[in-house]
Amino acid sequence: MTPGCLIATFLVIGIIFVPFGLFCLQTSNHVAEINRRYDVECVPNAYRGNKQAYIKDSAISKNCTLEVKVLDHMRAPIYVYYELENFYQNHRRYVKSRSDKQLRFGAKYTGESCSPVQWDHNGFPIVPCGLIAWSLFNDTYDFTQGSKEIKVNRKNISWNSDREHKFGKNVFPSNFQNGSFIGGGKLDPTVPLSEQEDLIVWMRTSALPKFRKLYGVIEEDLEVDETINILIRNNYNTYTFSGKKSIVLSTANWLGGKNDFLGYAYIVTGSMSIFMSILFALIHVKCPRPQGDTNCLSWNRKNSNN
Amino acid sequence: MRWSKLYTFNCFRGHHGDAGADGPSSDGAGAVGGPGFSRVVHCNNPGLQKPLKYPTNYITTTKYNIITFFPKAIFEQFRRVANLYFLLTAILSLTPVCPFSPVSMIAPLAFVVGLSMLKEGLEDWRRFIQDMKVNNRKIAVHKGDGEFMYRHWEELCVGDVVKVEKDQFFPADLLLLSSSYEDGICYVETMNLDGETNLKVKRSLEATLPLEEDESFKDFQAVIRCEDPNPSLYTFTGNFEYERQVFALDPGQILLRDSKLRNTSFIYGVVIFTGHDSKVMQNSTESPSKRSRIEKKMDLIIYILFTVLMLISLISSIGFAVRIKLDLPHWWYLQPQKSNKLDDPSRPALSGIFHLITALILYGYLIPISLYVSIELVKVLQAHFINQDIHMFDEETGNTAQARTSNLNEELGQVHTVLSDKTGTLTCNQMDFLKCSIAGVSYGVGSSEVEIAAAKHMASGYDDHDMPLEDIWEENNEDEIELVEGVTFSDDRLMHGNWTKEPNSSTILLFFRILALCHTAIPETNEATGSIAYEAESPDEGAFLVAAREFGFEFFKRTQSSVFVREKHTSPNGTTEREFKILNLLEFNSKRKRMTVILKDEDGQILLFCKGADSIIFDRLAKNGRVYEVDTTRHLNDYGEAGLRTLALSYRVLEEAEYSSWNAEFLRAKTSIGPDRELQLERVSDLIERELILVGATAVEDKLQKGVPQCIDRLAQAGLKIWVLTGDKMETAINIGYACSLLRQGMKQICLSIPTGDQVAQDAKKSSLTTEQAAKESLLSQIANGSQMVKLEKDPDAAFALVIDGKALAFALEDNMKHMFLNLAIECASVICCRVSPKQKALVTRLVKEGIGQTTLAIGDGANDVGMIQEADIGVGISGVEGMQAVMASDFSISQFRFLERLLVVHGHWCYKRIAQMICYFFYKNIAFGLTIFYFEAFAGFSGQSVYDDWFMLLFNVVLTSLPVISLGVFEQDVSSEICLQFPALYQQGPKNLFFDWYRILGWMGNGLYSSLAIFFLNLCIFYDQAIRAGGQTADMAAVGTTMFTCIIWAVNMQIALTMSHFTWIQHLFVWGSITTWYVFILAYGMTLRSGDNYQILLEVLGPAPIYWAATLLVTAACNIPYLIHISYQRSCNPLDHHVIQEIKYLKKDVEDQTMWKRERSKARQKTKIGFTARVDAKIKQIKGKLHKKGPSLTIHTVS
Repeated sequence: MTPGCLIATFLVIGIIFVPFGLFCLQTSNHVAEINRRYDVECVPNAYRGNKQAYIKDSAISKNCTLEVKVLDHMRAPIYVYYELENFYQNHRRYVKSRSDKQLRFGAKYTGESCSPVQWDHNGFPIVPCGLIAWSLFNDTYDFTQGSKEIKVNRKNISWNSDREHKFGKNVFPSNFQNGSFIGGGKLDPTVPLSEQEDLIVWMRTSALPKFRKLYGVIEEDLEVDETINILIRNNYNTYTFSGKKSIVLSTANWLGGKNDFLGYAYIVTGSMSIFMSILFALIHVKCPRPQGDTNCLSWNRKNSNN
Repeated sequence: MRWSKLYTFNCFRGHHGDAGADGPSSDGAGAVGGPGFSRVVHCNNPGLQKPLKYPTNYITTTKYNIITFFPKAIFEQFRRVANLYFLLTAILSLTPVCPFSPVSMIAPLAFVVGLSMLKEGLEDWRRFIQDMKVNNRKIAVHKGDGEFMYRHWEELCVGDVVKVEKDQFFPADLLLLSSSYEDGICYVETMNLDGETNLKVKRSLEATLPLEEDESFKDFQAVIRCEDPNPSLYTFTGNFEYERQVFALDPGQILLRDSKLRNTSFIYGVVIFTGHDSKVMQNSTESPSKRSRIEKKMDLIIYILFTVLMLISLISSIGFAVRIKLDLPHWWYLQPQKSNKLDDPSRPALSGIFHLITALILYGYLIPISLYVSIELVKVLQAHFINQDIHMFDEETGNTAQARTSNLNEELGQVHTVLSDKTGTLTCNQMDFLKCSIAGVSYGVGSSEVEIAAAKHMASGYDDHDMPLEDIWEENNEDEIELVEGVTFSDDRLMHGNWTKEPNSSTILLFFRILALCHTAIPETNEATGSIAYEAESPDEGAFLVAAREFGFEFFKRTQSSVFVREKHTSPNGTTEREFKILNLLEFNSKRKRMTVILKDEDGQILLFCKGADSIIFDRLAKNGRVYEVDTTRHLNDYGEAGLRTLALSYRVLEEAEYSSWNAEFLRAKTSIGPDRELQLERVSDLIERELILVGATAVEDKLQKGVPQCIDRLAQAGLKIWVLTGDKMETAINIGYACSLLRQGMKQICLSIPTGDQVAQDAKKSSLTTEQAAKESLLSQIANGSQMVKLEKDPDAAFALVIDGKALAFALEDNMKHMFLNLAIECASVICCRVSPKQKALVTRLVKEGIGQTTLAIGDGANDVGMIQEADIGVGISGVEGMQAVMASDFSISQFRFLERLLVVHGHWCYKRIAQMICYFFYKNIAFGLTIFYFEAFAGFSGQSVYDDWFMLLFNVVLTSLPVISLGVFEQDVSSEICLQFPALYQQGPKNLFFDWYRILGWMGNGLYSSLAIFFLNLCIFYDQAIRAGGQTADMAAVGTTMFTCIIWAVNMQIALTMSHFTWIQHLFVWGSITTWYVFILAYGMTLRSGDNYQILLEVLGPAPIYWAATLLVTAACNIPYLIHISYQRSCNPLDHHVIQEIKYLKKDVEDQTMWKRERSKARQKTKIGFTARVDAKIKQIKGKLHKKGPSLTIHTVS
C-alpha cells in the first residue's frame, strides 16, 4: 500500500472506466426510442373533468387512435412496452398477494397467501389468485402504417423459465374476474397459464412505481419520418390513482435499452479516479515522503516539535 | 517535608485504636458486648452454641445454583440491550406484522443466547468444583470426652475445638489455645492472606497453656465475647472468659482461615468465625463481570444505531400512515375496501403504529445480531492464540498463559496503569547475600543485575547512546552462574577459611558470628541428606545464615535458651561446636528497625549483637566504635545504588553488672501490664542498645523473578505506569523498588505515613483534635507539600516516587482526600504502597480505575491479591506457585511476570486493533446494507416490502460477509510480534485509543452511509425502466434486488480486503470465497422453485446481461473510492507509526540500513523515568560527571 501503488490504482480505474463509459454512451445513443403518453389524450374531451366516470362506464368505447412519427431509423426487432407511472406494484400488500404453487399446480393450492382475492363469492377458488393477477393490465395496441398493418409478435415476451417451470401447463384460469368487483384484464379459460404471456410478464412485479413491461415485438424496420397509427383500447383504470400510461417503442442492443446513465456514471467515476491520481501524484512530487521515512514516526515528530 | 517523619511508623496492635482499613474502631476491650461486638462463642459446648445460629463453615462462591441457573442466567443475558431487542423482534415475528419468517428471527437469537449461557454455566461449574474441594477437606474436631475425629470442613461449627496439624490450613478463624511447643507459640504462614512467605509467630494465652493434649478438652468450657465478623485482617478484639477469669484477646492469638500451620506439629484452637464470617471470606469481594472499554463504547454505538433505527422507522411509519390515509383509497388494485387493521385507510394512526413495529424489524439489519456472535467467536479464537503462544510457555512449571475469560482480550491493548503485587510476582522472595563490608573493606565480587548492565553499557562505549539494551540483556542472561541457593557471594579473601589471613580477622570473626547468631530463625535438618534449611521470619535472615554457613559458621540447633553453631576455621583442631546462651532477644519491628541479641559465649563473656538499618546503628555508635564509619558509609551508598538492601552490623561487650541491672529493669517492663508495655519495653531496649561498635555492613540482593527488570523496563517504555502494592514493610518495599528499578538514586521520594501514636497524641492535645483528625491533618499537609514540590520542580528529567504506607493509605482513600492523593500519585513516576491489606489493594485499584478513568491491570499471585484482581479492569494471576485463588479470580493467568510484556505489547496490541477494526467494519457493512432497505421503502409506499429476498438477508450476516470479518478479527496484524516488542511505543496506540475513537467510528459509519447511497441509487438509475437485455426484457424487482445485493457483497468484501494489512491464504480464501459463495448460492437457489421470482435469475436473467456485470463493477469501484482516497491521503501525508514501519519492512530497509533501524528502535522507547534503562542512563550520567571532574586519566573499574 505505497502511495505509488495507490496512484497507479486510481489511474488504472480511471483508464478503464472512462473509455468504457464513452463506449456505453455511444451504444446507448444508437438506441432509438419513441415514447408517447396517452392516458389523458385518449379520454374524450367531455370526460376530461371526470376521467373515472369515463373509465368505469363500460358503455363508452375505449378505442383511441394515436399518430406517432418515427424520428430515427428503427431496426427490427422493435420492442413495444407499456409504461405505467405511480403504480405501486412493489407495495407489500400487493407483492405478497400471490401463490406460486397455485400458478404451477392448480386450484388445490389456493390459500391465504392470495388474500384478499382467493375465493369468489361462491367460495370457489380463483385461478390465478391474488391481487397481482386480479389487476392484470388490459390495454391493447394495434399498429398500422397507412393501411398496412404492422404485426406485433406477442409470443416469447416472458422469461423462458417462467413459462417452463413456474406457470403450469395444465393449469387453466377459473373463476377469474367473475365477481362483482372486476379488477383488470380477463383471461381465456381455455389457454393454460404457461401460455398466458401477458399474465406471466405482469406477474413479475416491478421494483419501482414507474415501470415498463414488454407488450410485444415488431419484427420489421421502421424508417425515418414514417407515421404510425396506434389503435389503443384504453381499458385499464389508472385514473383513480392518477397514474400515467405511455406506450414505448424501442430498439435494444447488448446493453439493453437507452441507458445514458450508466455511461455517465462510468465517466464520472473514472474521471474522479484520474483526478485523484493526479492530485496525489502532485502531492507526492511536491512534498514527497520517502518510503519508510523515519521522520514521520511519532516519536521523531514529537522531538522536532520540541 | 521533614525527613524524620518519613520513616515513622505506628505499630499494628489491636489495642491502639483502629489499625485496619475499615475495621470497627475499638477502644480496647471495653467495647466488647456493645454494638459491633455482639458475638458470643461457647467453646466446646454445642448445646449452648447452636441457638445462636451462626453459619456453618460451608462456603460457596458460585453465582448460580441448579434452580436459579436458568432464570438468573437468562435474566443476565437479556440485560444486554441488544439481546432484549432481538428477543422482542423474535416475539413479534410470530405476529403478522413481521416482514420475515419467524424462524429467521428466532434461530440466531437462540444460538447467541444459548452459547453465552453455556459459557456461563461452565464457568460456574468450575467454581462449584473448587468450592467442593475446599469444603471437603478434613480436620480433627473434638467430639467430646477428649476424643478427636476427622470431619469435613463444611461441618465445622462455631465453638468447636479443633486440632490442626503441621502444614494443614486452618479451616476457620481460630483462637489459639495451645500448641506443641511448651510456651504455646506456633508459626503461621499467611501467604494466602497477605502474600508474605515469612512465618509469623502466634502465641496463646498463658491461661490455656495446660490444654496441651486431647484428654484435657474433656471438661474444657469457656466463653469468648468478641467483635462481629469484619474484613480487617490485622485487628481482633475480644474477651476470653475461662475459669472465672476474663482475659483480653488480641490478633496475636487468632489464627486465620486459609493460613497454614508451619514448623509446629499441632495446635489446638477454638472456632470463632466460620465460613463466610471468617476474615478472609469477608475480604473477598463479589467477582464482578467485567466488560471491556471497547465493548462499552460499542453499546453506546448500538444505542446510537437504535436511535437511527427508531428515527427511520418513525419516518417509515408516518410515511405509511400518510400514504394509507391519502393514497390507499385510490389504489384500487390493492382492494383497499378489504383491508385488515394493518393497513386500514380509515384508521391510519393505528396502522402507522403497527407499521412502526414492522419497520423496526425490517431495518433491524442496522443492528447486527451476528456482531455479538462474531465477537464472541473471535475472542475465543484470540484467547486460543494467547493460550497457545509458545513464547509465554514456562518450561519450569509447564504452564502456558491462559485467557480465562475471553471478553477482555482487546482491553489488554489499552492498559494505562499496572498495579502489581510484590512478593511472588516481582520477586521470588529469595535473598542472595552478595556483598559485605567488614572493617572498612568491601568484599564480594559478585555484581547485581544493575551493575552488570551498566558495566556492559559502559564497556560498549558510553558515547554511543543508541546502543540497544536488548543486547545487554541477552548477554547478561548467559553468564548467570548458579551458586549455592541464597548466596551468590564469591570472594576468595573470605571463602574457605582464607579470612583468617586477612588483617582484620578478629573483626571478620565477629562479623560472621553476628550473622550466625543475631536472628530468630529455626534450623530444620533434612533427615535424609543431613543438610540444614532455615525457617526465618524474613528471607534476609535466611540469606545471612546460609552465607554464614558458607563462611564456616553453621547454625544448626536452637533451644529455648541457646543457639548452637558449628565453626570450621576458628580453632586449630578443625570443626568445633559452640553453644551461645541467649540472654535476651530484642525483636525487630518496623519502628525500631534493629534487632539485638544479648548472649553469653562459652567463655562467659556477655556480648550484645545488634543489626539494623544503617542510620539507626550509626546513631548509636560509641565514640571508639566509629573507626570504619566513613568507609562503611561509602560502601553502603555503593550497595544502595546497586539495588541491594543493606544492614549495618555492630556489637558491644557488656559488663556482668551493667547487664544484670539492665536486665532487671527489662524484666520489669516485660511483665508490666497495660497499654504502655510496648513503650516501656522500647524505652528499656533503647538503654542497652548504645555505645555500639561498628563491624561492617551486609548487602543482600532481593532476588527478582526472571526477567522482571527487563519486563518493567519495556512496559515503562511502552508508556505504562507501574504501581506496586505490597503487604511488606516500607523498607522492604523501597528496596524492591530499587531492585526492579522503580526507584533509583536521585529520584525524589515522597513518603506519606502517619506519625507515631504518641506524636499524634501530642499534636492532638495541642490543637484539641481527636487522634484521628490529627493524623488526617498531618497527612493532608504531607500530600500538599508533595504536590507543591512536584509543581515547583523545574528540571524535566527529575523524577518523583511516592511511597505510602497502609495506615496513611486508609486515610488517603477517604472521599475528601483521595483526589488530592491521586493527583499527586499521577505526577509521580512510580508509586509504591506498602503494608496494604487485601481490601486496600482493591480500594487503591478502584481509586486508580475511577480516578484516572483509564484501563487498569492488576497482577498478583496470592489470595491477598484477589480483591485487586477482581477490581481492576483486567486481573492477571501468576500461576504455578502455591495457591490458586489469584488464578481462579483472574481474567488471564501467566506463569511469570515477564510474560506480561508479551501479553500486553503483542497480544493486547493486536487484539485491540483487531476488535476495533472488526467492530467498525461491522457497523459499516450493516449500515451499508440496512439503509438500502430503508431507501427502497420510500419508493414502495413505505409498505414494508423488502427489495431483497428473505434468504439473501438471512445469509448476508451469517454466511456471505461473516468469515472475512472473523478472519480480520483473528489473524489481522499490523506489524509482526517482533516489531511490537522492538517498538514498545506502538503500544500507545491502544491507550490513546487511536483505532476506536469517534473520528474513526463516525468515519466508518459515514463510509457505510455513502456506500448505501451509492449502491442504491446507482443501481436504481441503471435499472430504472429500460430494457436490460438485447432481448428487450425489463428488470423486475427480483432482478434489481439481486443486482443490488451482488453489489453489496462485492463492495463490503472489497472493503475488508482493503482494510486488511496481513494477508495469508486464509484471508484470501475467506474474502474471495465469500464472493464466490454468493454466486454459487444464487445459482443453487435459482434451481429451486422456492426462490419465486429469483428462479434461475443468474443463469437466465442477469448472467447473460452485460449491464449486470457493468453495474457490479461500477458500484464496487464507486463504493471503495472514498476509502482509497482516505488511505492515500493518510499514507502520503499523515502516516501512522505502523504504516512507516510496514514500509520499512516492505522495502527491507531494516536489513540494508541496520544503524537506522537500531536508532529508531531505541528512539521508539518513551522517555522513561523509571525502569532499568532510565537507571542505567542515570548511572552513566553520574559516572560521566565523575570522569569530568577527575580528568580523563582515570580508568573505570567496572565489575565483572
